[in-house]
Amino acid sequence: MTIVVSIFILGGLFFFAIGVLGILRFPDFYSRLHAAGKSDSLAAVLVIAGVALYNLQDLSLDNLLVSLKIMLIAVFIYVASPTATHALTKTALILGFEPWEKGNKRR
Amino acid sequence: MWLFCSYLLLYCIERHTYTDIQHFYKLGLLLMKAKIATFTIMLIFWVIMSGMFDAFHFSLGVLCCMLVAYISSDLLFLDKGQPWLRELAGMLLYLPYLFWQIVIANLQVAYIALHPRMLDKIDPHLFRFDSSLKRPISKVALAQSITLTPGTITVNIHDNQFAVYALTKEAAEALPGEMERRVAKALEFE
Repeated sequence: MTIVVSIFILGGLFFFAIGVLGILRFPDFYSRLHAAGKSDSLAAVLVIAGVALYNLQDLSLDNLLVSLKIMLIAVFIYVASPTATHALTKTALILGFEPWEKGNKRR
Repeated sequence: MWLFCSYLLLYCIERHTYTDIQHFYKLGLLLMKAKIATFTIMLIFWVIMSGMFDAFHFSLGVLCCMLVAYISSDLLFLDKGQPWLRELAGMLLYLPYLFWQIVIANLQVAYIALHPRMLDKIDPHLFRFDSSLKRPISKVALAQSITLTPGTITVNIHDNQFAVYALTKEAAEALPGEMERRVAKALEFE
């Protein structure tokens, strides 16, 4: 059980690290948004699932309820994260941020 | 002649009242259904959140849920009897596919982010495609799915046209394709 939980949480940390790396390395606002908003969608769920499983180690009604609450966080992230990303992208496009194109220098 | 006219009038009134009553009855039944459904969902949520099952706390929850269901059941279920049970089932069947797509796409973005010559790999651009989805809820579901899978962001939906910002060529070519068909299967009926 501990092994499964560690795999989940380490996988989540790995994808979070990828997200940070993406923010640092990608060339412009939009592609950074890709890295920032999305690696979360998998990483956060992996970490949350790991924590919920760890909490379920001795099975009882109270622990089950707490795990359900933890999984509800994942649901909220899944609703809120794409909406926020979409709002940011749309606002940036309306304000006229120019996307990076092939051959440009990175900013 | 007068007799005939009055008969006709009576017939019209009677038929109208009859259909109206049936209409109201149907509407009332739908409202009742929506209230019960709202109440059930609220109660499940309450139980998960509170976790206390003694009489006092549980009765508080039931009271609150009844109040909420009575006042605002029309927020969760719109007044025209929607097939929300089928919608729920469709979404539940769709979620595993969505999650698998998210995993694949995340691995692709991880590969790109870790690649030493990353700038050659990516080709960010905005593109548009037309979708055949009709219902607003399925459009929103498709837009959120596109945004959730890394490499693509839905920027705007105008009528049937989706504007999508893609990180790579491959991510752009995969759309609309399979995902739209799945959403249509899950939410597009009647």
